[in-house]
Amino acid sequence: MLCQICNKSEATVHYTELADSNVSEIHLCERCAVEKGISVKPHFLLADLMAGLVGAEKFPVAKRGKKCSFCGLTYSGFKSMGRLGCAKCYETFKESLGALLDRVHGCSIHTGKVPAVIDGEVDRTLVTRKMRDRLQKLIEKEEFEEAARLRDEIRKYIEQVSP
Amino acid sequence: MNLNDMIKETGAWLRGTGANADIVVSSRVRLARNLSEFPFPHRASSEHREKIAAAVLRAVTGCPAFANSLVLGIEEITPLDKQLLAEKHIISLEFLECGENAKVIIGEKETISLMVNEEDHLRLQAMQPGLQLMDAWKLVDEVDTQLSRRIRFAYSQDWGYLTACPTNTGTGMRASLMLHLPCLVISKQINKILHVITKFGLVARGLYGEGTEPSGNFFQISNQITLGRSEEDLIDNIERIGKQVVGHEQKARKVLVTKSRTELEDRVFRAYGILRNARTVSSAETLELLSDLRLGTELGMIQEVDRELLNELLMLVQPAHLQKTEGSELSPAERDIKRANLIRRKLE
Repeated sequence: MLCQICNKSEATVHYTELADSNVSEIHLCERCAVEKGISVKPHFLLADLMAGLVGAEKFPVAKRGKKCSFCGLTYSGFKSMGRLGCAKCYETFKESLGALLDRVHGCSIHTGKVPAVIDGEVDRTLVTRKMRDRLQKLIEKEEFEEAARLRDEIRKYIEQVSP
Repeated sequence: MNLNDMIKETGAWLRGTGANADIVVSSRVRLARNLSEFPFPHRASSEHREKIAAAVLRAVTGCPAFANSLVLGIEEITPLDKQLLAEKHIISLEFLECGENAKVIIGEKETISLMVNEEDHLRLQAMQPGLQLMDAWKLVDEVDTQLSRRIRFAYSQDWGYLTACPTNTGTGMRASLMLHLPCLVISKQINKILHVITKFGLVARGLYGEGTEPSGNFFQISNQITLGRSEEDLIDNIERIGKQVVGHEQKARKVLVTKSRTELEDRVFRAYGILRNARTVSSAETLELLSDLRLGTELGMIQEVDRELLNELLMLVQPAHLQKTEGSELSPAERDIKRANLIRRKLE
């Protein structure tokens, strides 16, 4: 198939164009595609969908003006990009994020690996991982009271061994 | 090791070994990690990005898995080499757009690799041939633990590892299997199966991951959820479901061999005939033909071609691989001719 613009080279870039509810298949050669400003990178990513989800959460109006004190990301910035700016953003936008993570993952408590601490000799990884595995099993068995107790125990353990 | 050596030899994960290697091409586990004291790459200043890269490189130096590794900065990689690394699944398509101080560190045999300053500060991955997700996890887990003794990762006790995109928060882990499912496609069961796996928190993607279309009947399945379940649980889930998909493909193969042997053989031998004789062939057509030939080989219809050679061909026929092999940039039309030549030579 030849390129629809130059009609000379073989078309190697294929995409669908939507204009005024008309759908048309476009086939271009590499050179014409680049000249037309068509990016060959994937154009629909999960992160784009995320941006839409952020707005779906009920974030208190009073806190919408909030800005991350570390990286300067605003709530509207987070909302439009669907991405956080730094680790501190997770605290800044805590209220909105809890619900969002719940929506995305169906859960908002981490039960996986814990990093080893750089400036302590204690390797918490193994201990906490085992505890969290137990927690997961309890949740699966719907033993929520026991699970809540264990969750608090894990938190306490982490606080104790944190530098 | 340098990039030119990597043309001569494909990654160890393409050896065609491991469990269910007739259907599962490879297993891959990647972890997203960030340094707690710096903004995520898309909001980091160039000075930050430099410091992040330096800290990661220092930490990596002591890791046995990265002994004799190749370290490349995005500024020093030509567009063709970037494409080559993307074809090898070492860098993502997003990495191509990354700014300064983005780096890639490639371990021996391409089993372990690390992108620095992509969407997150670190994207660490391990690849294994066949269905060996747990082994890939163990490899990546060990390196991650070593790194976490030298770098303070962004981590919260409630939400786990903190990442730029909330879809990765928690374990920061994406584990995937690359599957070859021609008979599920031929028997039109594929859409149903790919739909069902979404009910188990998995997602199906194309050959190059997120945002790409499936081609050559190759599909990647991976976990969608990263928070609320342990890494081992997530991997166990993918392996179990992966094995069921493999079972369905095996069943579809048996049915087709029994009921439509002639049609299937015709398809396989036509593909073999074209690949051994064509003078020009596009990459899309090549993928379809290699898929048919691979099926014929696995079904024992063709004896003289082996799985490892087919895996190697899958890699070598891609645009950047072809141009690197030829040592010059080629237009798409020239590539099609060189591709046909290469395939004929390899299948002789």
